[in-house]
Amino acid sequence: MAEIKNYTMNFGPQHPAAHGVLRLVLELDGEVIQRADPHIGLLHRATEKLAENRTYIQSVPYMDRLDYVSMMMNEHAYVMAIEKMLNLKVPVRAQYIRVLFDEITRLLNHLLWLGCHALDVGAMSVFLYTFREREDLFDCYEAVSGARMHAAYYRPGGVYRDLPDHMPQYQNTRFSRPSETHKLNENRQGSLLDFIEDFATRFPGYIDEYETLLTDNRIWKQRTVGIGVVSPERAMELGFTGPMLRGSGIEWDLRKKQPYEVYDKLDFDIPVGVEGDCYDRYLVRIEEMRQSVHLIKQCTKWLRENSGPVISDNQKFAPPKRTDMKEDMESMIHHFKLFTEGFHLPKGEAYAAVEHPKGEFGIYMVSDGANKPYRLKIRAPGFAHLASLDEMTKGHMISDLVAIIGTQDIVFGEIDR
Amino acid sequence: MSDLNKLISNLKSTFPQAVLNKQFDEATLSIYGNEIIKTLKKLKTGSQFKFLQLIDIAAVDYSQYPQKLFDNNRYAVVYHLLSIKNNQRLRVRAFVEDNDFPVIETATTLYANADWYEREAFDLYGVMFLNHPDLRRILTDYGFIGHPFRKDFPMIGNVEMRYDPEQKRVIYQPVTIESRNNVPRVIDEEGFRNG
Repeated sequence: MAEIKNYTMNFGPQHPAAHGVLRLVLELDGEVIQRADPHIGLLHRATEKLAENRTYIQSVPYMDRLDYVSMMMNEHAYVMAIEKMLNLKVPVRAQYIRVLFDEITRLLNHLLWLGCHALDVGAMSVFLYTFREREDLFDCYEAVSGARMHAAYYRPGGVYRDLPDHMPQYQNTRFSRPSETHKLNENRQGSLLDFIEDFATRFPGYIDEYETLLTDNRIWKQRTVGIGVVSPERAMELGFTGPMLRGSGIEWDLRKKQPYEVYDKLDFDIPVGVEGDCYDRYLVRIEEMRQSVHLIKQCTKWLRENSGPVISDNQKFAPPKRTDMKEDMESMIHHFKLFTEGFHLPKGEAYAAVEHPKGEFGIYMVSDGANKPYRLKIRAPGFAHLASLDEMTKGHMISDLVAIIGTQDIVFGEIDR
Repeated sequence: MSDLNKLISNLKSTFPQAVLNKQFDEATLSIYGNEIIKTLKKLKTGSQFKFLQLIDIAAVDYSQYPQKLFDNNRYAVVYHLLSIKNNQRLRVRAFVEDNDFPVIETATTLYANADWYEREAFDLYGVMFLNHPDLRRILTDYGFIGHPFRKDFPMIGNVEMRYDPEQKRVIYQPVTIESRNNVPRVIDEEGFRNG
C-alpha cells in the first residue's frame, strides 16, 4: 500500500477568498484540514505607535482606516474613550446622529460581509445587489462628511457638523442621459434625513431579496449548515464577541447590556442563533440588519422633531464656531490651541468599547497627562475570531475553510492594525 | 454604579495585597507579575467574579511614564476581563519584573484566546510568556529585529525594504527618511489648568 502523508499548502496572501492579505499555511490530509496556521501582519501599520506621536484629534482619521468597512464605529470607540477620560458631555442630538450613523455603518459592514461571504461560497449575484445598496449608504457618508469612506466625522464632544439640508445630486456628463440622471436624483430632492428615510423604507424589501436568494437555497444550506460549529461555552473561552458569540446562542450585546449614547432609549431586539454554525451566524446578521433599519427609523424621527447643538460647547475640547472666531479673541485662541498643541487628557487609563458590527471594538488608552496618548491599544474583534480559525476548521474540507473565513467577517485593517 | 463598588469590595477581600484603584468608573487591579496566574484563576473560577472572558491583553512600556510605578518596573501586561454573567469588567495590570528580560507566566492555560494576544505582546514589546505553546512573532515581518512598540524604538523604524534592480531581489537597508515631529509632546505642570 502506498505511503500516505499530510502535505502543506500555502493559501493566500493573494487569494480572493482570503479577504485581503491573509496567508494561511494549511496542513492537509487529502482535502481535509489538519491544521491551519494563519500568518497575519501583512497590513500592519502600527496605528497604535503612530497614535502615540499624534495629538488626540490627529488620530481620528487613523481610526477610519482600521476596520475600513465600518469606519465610523471605530471612530466612535476612540472618541468615547477620550470623552470618558475628560468627562465630556455629548449633546443629545449628537448622540442620536452617532447612533444613526452607527447603524448605517452596521448596514454597510453587513452588506459587504453578506456579498463577499455569498461570493466565496459561490453565489455570485448577491454581491452585485449588496453593492448597489452600499452605494446609497456611501452617499449618506458623503453628504454628512464629504468623504465616502474615511469620514473623520465623530469628534471628541460630538460630531463634526449637523446633518445637511440638501443631498448632493448627480450631474449630467457627456456619458449620461439626462433622463437617467433625473431618475437617479429622484430621491435626492430633499434633505439627508429624507434620503435616509426613503432608504429605510426600501431596504427591508432588499433584505427579502437577499433572503430569497440564500435562506432557503439548497446549495447555500449545504455549504453553511453544520459548518464551523462553536458551542456557547467554547465561544466565550475563545473571546468571541458580536454576531460570532450571538450565533452560538449567547445573548450579549453592548448596546443593550452596557448601553452607550441613546441606545437605552431606543427599541430593538437582539437576535441569537441556536446551533452556532455558519448558517445561524448568517441568520443573526440578517436579522441585525432588520433591527438596524428599525433603529435608523427611530433616529430619523427624533432628529426631525428635535434640534440643538451637535458638538460640546466646551471650547477647551471642541472647536469654537467659525463665526465666533471672527470677532471673539478668546475663541480664536481656543481654536489655535486646539489645532496646534491639542487638548490634554488627565493622567490615568480608560477602556471604552462599542458594539461594532464584528463584535466588541475597544480602545484602551493610557495617558500621562500629555497632549498625546501614552499608549493606545485597539481591541479588534476580528483578532480573537481569526485566532480560532485553526480550531474551527480542523477536520473540515478546504472549501469549508472559505465559508468559515467568510462567516468570521475578517477584515485585515483591524486585525493587523 | 453600585455594582462596581460591590466588585471592589469583593476584590479587596479576595486580594488584600493588591493595589486597587477606581477611575472613570472602572476598576483596576495592579499586581506583581509572579502572581498573575493565581489572580486570574481566582477571578475566573470565584463564584462572586466569574470573569470567563478575556477581552484583551495589552503590554505597556512604562519607561517614559512620568510617575514611577511598582518598583520602577518597565513593562506591564494589562488584561481586560469581562464577566457576562455579572455584566462587569475588570482590568488586571501585572508589572513584570526584570526590565532587561521580562518574563511572565502565560495565561493560555486559563483563557484559550490568550495565545495570540500574548504573541502580539511578545512581538511588539518583547515580553516573554513562560510556557506559552507557540511564542512566535505575529504582526511584524519574518526575520524582523527588535520590538517596535518599545519606547526606545524609533517611530520611523531602523530598516526599509526596496527592490534592488542590480541584485534583482528585495533588499533591506538602513532607513533613508528622517523622523519628523511637528507637535511636541507637552505635559502641563501641576495645577497649570487651574490658573
